[in-house]
Amino acid sequence: MSTRQHTPKFYETMSFRRKMKKSFVLFLLILGSIVILSPVWWMISTSLKTPGEIAQYPPSFMPESFQWSNYVKAWQTAPFTRWALNTIFITVCVVIGNVVVNSFVAYGFAKIRFRGKNLLFTLVLSTMLIPGFVMMIPQYMLFSKLHWINTYLPLIVPAFFGNAFFIFLLRQFFKTIPDEMIEAAKIDGANHFQIWWKLAMPLMKPAVITVAILSFNGAWNDFLGPLLYINDEKLYTLQIGLQTFKGTVQTQWHYLMSASVLVLLPVILIFFFFQRYFIEGSNITSGTKG
Amino acid sequence: METAYESAKKRKQAAQKDIAEPVKKYRIKSLRKREELSGFLFISPWLIGFVALTLGPLLFSLYVSFTNYNITSKMDFVGTQNYHNMFFNDGLFWTSLWNTLYFVAFSVPLTTAGAILLAVLLNQKIPGIKVFRTIYYLPAVLSGVAVYLLWMQLLSPSTGLVNTALSWFGIKGPAWLFDPEWTKPALIVMKMWSVGGGMLLYLASLQGVSKAMYEAADIDGASAFRKFFHITLPMITPVIFFDIVTSLIGGFQIFQEAYVMTENGDGGPVNSLLFYNLHMWNKAFEVFDMGYASAMAWFLFVIVLVLTVINLKFGKHWVHYGGGDEK
Repeated sequence: MSTRQHTPKFYETMSFRRKMKKSFVLFLLILGSIVILSPVWWMISTSLKTPGEIAQYPPSFMPESFQWSNYVKAWQTAPFTRWALNTIFITVCVVIGNVVVNSFVAYGFAKIRFRGKNLLFTLVLSTMLIPGFVMMIPQYMLFSKLHWINTYLPLIVPAFFGNAFFIFLLRQFFKTIPDEMIEAAKIDGANHFQIWWKLAMPLMKPAVITVAILSFNGAWNDFLGPLLYINDEKLYTLQIGLQTFKGTVQTQWHYLMSASVLVLLPVILIFFFFQRYFIEGSNITSGTKG
Repeated sequence: METAYESAKKRKQAAQKDIAEPVKKYRIKSLRKREELSGFLFISPWLIGFVALTLGPLLFSLYVSFTNYNITSKMDFVGTQNYHNMFFNDGLFWTSLWNTLYFVAFSVPLTTAGAILLAVLLNQKIPGIKVFRTIYYLPAVLSGVAVYLLWMQLLSPSTGLVNTALSWFGIKGPAWLFDPEWTKPALIVMKMWSVGGGMLLYLASLQGVSKAMYEAADIDGASAFRKFFHITLPMITPVIFFDIVTSLIGGFQIFQEAYVMTENGDGGPVNSLLFYNLHMWNKAFEVFDMGYASAMAWFLFVIVLVLTVINLKFGKHWVHYGGGDEK
């Protein structure tokens, strides 16, 4: 601040200022964490309250008594078990499709030389710029012509034809495999198919897991697809089921919130166990964009 | 069945023949051809998908937008009538376009700025920083109907958490989803909660900024403020650019939030949550006017395309690509 020379007071020293700055940032982060986590806490605490306690003002932060039975009752009020099994089935199929097909295509773009490759890859990237909603109506017309309405095919089959973002992600990883390694495998008599499956896939396991997790999240949380294609309540997924459940129980928030917690639980568990793979996906996207 | 000996002999002969082959070029050429063929084999799933699930349907819907197609019976050519109706005879079309532009204009800059700020905070060397990163990222993985239901509860005018918290500061919170003035801000608040997803992208790029630059700036006595605006921001412009392009496209897709958080997707109070896609959805799947809905879809496509092209054009002027980076 001052231009004159003098011995710095303790609060003017670098180390003090640095400490102040750190404490300030720490304070902000703790404050922010409370803000971020409070909705999650609110969901859990509401799910354990009685309807009377939810309606009272001012609201309580801690349930007076934990109504664990809310969970059982909410689950039994609607065919949630059936919906959960449907969702698991679709999700497993979509994840398999995404992992196998996108890594296959990505290997082609990363490690095989052919004419027009760069042009085609630009085309892959440019499809990411088409808003999904623009595609929704024409795809619906196609799938209804194929009589796929009210089946899982419109939800599963497209996963076996590649996804631009996943192809891009995996290609970035596959490119890091040295060409010498591929050449060596070729000399040993392996063809590209074997190299992809036996060399590239195991080598790039973290990337493959990243794609698996991201596509798990996408399929588990997919609302639009099932809303559009599934009419039969027995075939509903959890997302559509939850939306229907909202209509059934109206404003019984203790049931709505306990069902919501259960629907989100698998996603939360996977997030905590596989966090680093989410971060991996972001790293590659930010590091190579431009 | 031939014996192992015979087949070995045959292979040896074939090998000798190869060596003796006068035109070596031919072999190289055929190898290259095989490489090309396997290249196309590998990308064929995507190629087929692109033609059958993207390009074909897209072109078909362009045609449909000039007809009165209703999936079951009609498909007569009606010229530009759908487009004409859209621009001149459908007030809700303009309402929905306005609602969507409002949402995009506020949510994109706010989430981008929020994500950058958060990433800078989370890029400090502070004990427990990894735990903080996990906490802030968590909302980004939570999505779908459960989260919308949660926010309906949080934004409840009298007993919701948001208005309760505001009342501690003496602020009387609005009715959020029940007040047409506040429905869109309510969705923007909800979007801000999951700003951690973008944060992670920026964090990764912040960690790539070389320490040497900050050290040099320290020697010159630059303030933290100056360092942020003259080193940090320019170095992460490629990610900002990517984020803006993708979140702009994403912003125009807003639908589910409005569909779930209003009564059966009716557009909320005074149609204040009738977003473009919701209107398109109602046209396509409530009254099955596929021609009209296709016209809407194509108009949306054009808007997004134009905005993306503008982005790309302007991007050249402010995006800084550091030397040595892979483009």
